[in-house]
Amino acid sequence: MLKETKSKKGAFIALACVAVLLALTVVLENVLDPTRNIMLFTVLKKGAVYALVASSMNLLNGFTGLFSLGQAGFMLLGAYAYAMFTIPSAARDSVYYLYGGSAIRFSLPELFGGGAFGLILGVLLALILAGIVAAAVAWLIGLPVLRLKSDYLAIATLGFAEIIRAVFQWDKLGPVTNGANALKSYPTFSSFNIPGGLRLSTFVAFLLAAVCIAVILLLINSSYGRAFKAIREDEVAAEAMGINLARHKRLSFCISSFFAGVGGGLFAMFANQVQAKTFTTALTYEILLIVVIGGIGSISGSCIASFLYVACSEWWLRFLDTEVTLGNGFKLPFLRNGFRMVVFSVIIMVVVLFFRRGIMGDKELTDLFRKRKPKTAAGKEGAK
Amino acid sequence: MLRIDDLRVNYGGIEAVKGITFEVPEGKIVTLIGANGAGKSTTLRTIAGLVKPASGRIHFQADDITALSPDRIVSKGITLVPEGRHVFPDLTVVENLKIGAYLRKDDLSHDLEWVYSLFPRLKERSWQAAGTLSGGEQQMLAVGRALMSRPKLMMMDEPSLGLAPLVVKDIFSIIRRINEQGVTILLIEQNANMALHTADLAYVLETGRITIQGTGKELLSNEAVKKAYLG
Repeated sequence: MLKETKSKKGAFIALACVAVLLALTVVLENVLDPTRNIMLFTVLKKGAVYALVASSMNLLNGFTGLFSLGQAGFMLLGAYAYAMFTIPSAARDSVYYLYGGSAIRFSLPELFGGGAFGLILGVLLALILAGIVAAAVAWLIGLPVLRLKSDYLAIATLGFAEIIRAVFQWDKLGPVTNGANALKSYPTFSSFNIPGGLRLSTFVAFLLAAVCIAVILLLINSSYGRAFKAIREDEVAAEAMGINLARHKRLSFCISSFFAGVGGGLFAMFANQVQAKTFTTALTYEILLIVVIGGIGSISGSCIASFLYVACSEWWLRFLDTEVTLGNGFKLPFLRNGFRMVVFSVIIMVVVLFFRRGIMGDKELTDLFRKRKPKTAAGKEGAK
Repeated sequence: MLRIDDLRVNYGGIEAVKGITFEVPEGKIVTLIGANGAGKSTTLRTIAGLVKPASGRIHFQADDITALSPDRIVSKGITLVPEGRHVFPDLTVVENLKIGAYLRKDDLSHDLEWVYSLFPRLKERSWQAAGTLSGGEQQMLAVGRALMSRPKLMMMDEPSLGLAPLVVKDIFSIIRRINEQGVTILLIEQNANMALHTADLAYVLETGRITIQGTGKELLSNEAVKKAYLG
């Protein structure tokens, strides 16, 4: 029972940390000039979005042990669902100009009367809808696919993600999906900046991602989470203990896809436009890389790794892409457009080689602060 | 309590169990002994619902449980301790125990205390990952985990597998203690000597058929059993 109060204390500390972090984003964005620190705020927003998607993938791959590579497909569903239902009616004709206007004639923020209230409610509802669409499709795909194991499951989910992408680019669906063209003009993170007042775009990104990740964490620490871990460790024993394998795998798959869908919606808000070609398998691999670097089975690892990954790939290595000519006309070798990615892949290889289990392994941040239990009594008993 | 009627099971293309009929009376320790490939494990896995039988019926108390899913069977009060222990290695001892009680929604603290009183060693190691326990401790954990579902019938698949003789003796004395507290036990074993000394009732299974049956003592003195299994 001592342990219970301890973990409650840990949760309280974690909550306080998140609150401080959220406050910090507000302060940071309003003290620093966003136009002169574009990179910093891009990294923060994209990092928050990727942290959510990586956590959702970790729930499935790390905690339930189902190796799925369909994340980009579910993000695509979420991103499109979000965008299609939030584009203002006035902008629809110009966005869907190739198809003579949109088949959907309403916009969620306007349904709620527009203004700040309509925006918040509309965006929230659209994000939830994005998750539900992704989860519903996951349920359908899961019926055949979840009978497969390990590599075969990965191949099948990868295939379905590509099929989803192809369907969304289909010309016949143009009035709904805008075909291969981009959806734009919908509310983004920047829409939450109060004109002439507080800038809240980064705060909103962090808040939405944090709430979703908190829900994932609560799920993992519930009895359902324990059942997921049991399935990961030993399917035979889990089944013998009365855990319904098919039902729990489906549950994990749908919940993971739900949050991937919400993450897709947030990604749309971050990117300002949605286009199916963004959501290729390369995106899934990026997310998988974050999960592996952070530690399979660690949500805090996924969050830390996503910020590090985004910062490295977008910002800290940028200087490698610009050509440098020294005073005497000597051009430094290698430094040219694209060299950044070469260095980046070497760094990733080194990380994977020397941190086999990722940055965090399967520990969470709160585990690191927890004092180790004295083992002396147990050790003596065992030695007798 | 448990009645098996003419059970046939096909497993990987061969008929592993060829029509067996036996009964497990309430409150007793019953053992199935037999050589490798006799169909012992398949029988237990079929009762637990992990394998579907080709024909035959399984009755538990008054209910026909033949076609039920494993989780329904567990909630009826039958638990299987799988062969080779199968603990969840990266989860702590407590988490392992809690998963045993997954289908129960009521308070677990009482049952945790009960399991800890049976296996004081588990209490000392409760926050250790199950994979770091010794073989004997893992077997204790597997038994404790099964008990957490508060079973009426506990089935054990070779609890002595790969354990030192002294540890095996411990495990069997605990099996007897659990039985005294009202849990019926169906045990399969290669270690026939140990099993027959413990069991009230015993069946000998040979290539999918029951060939000899009787009380534990009867079988211990049976010439055929002596020759084939006791050496």
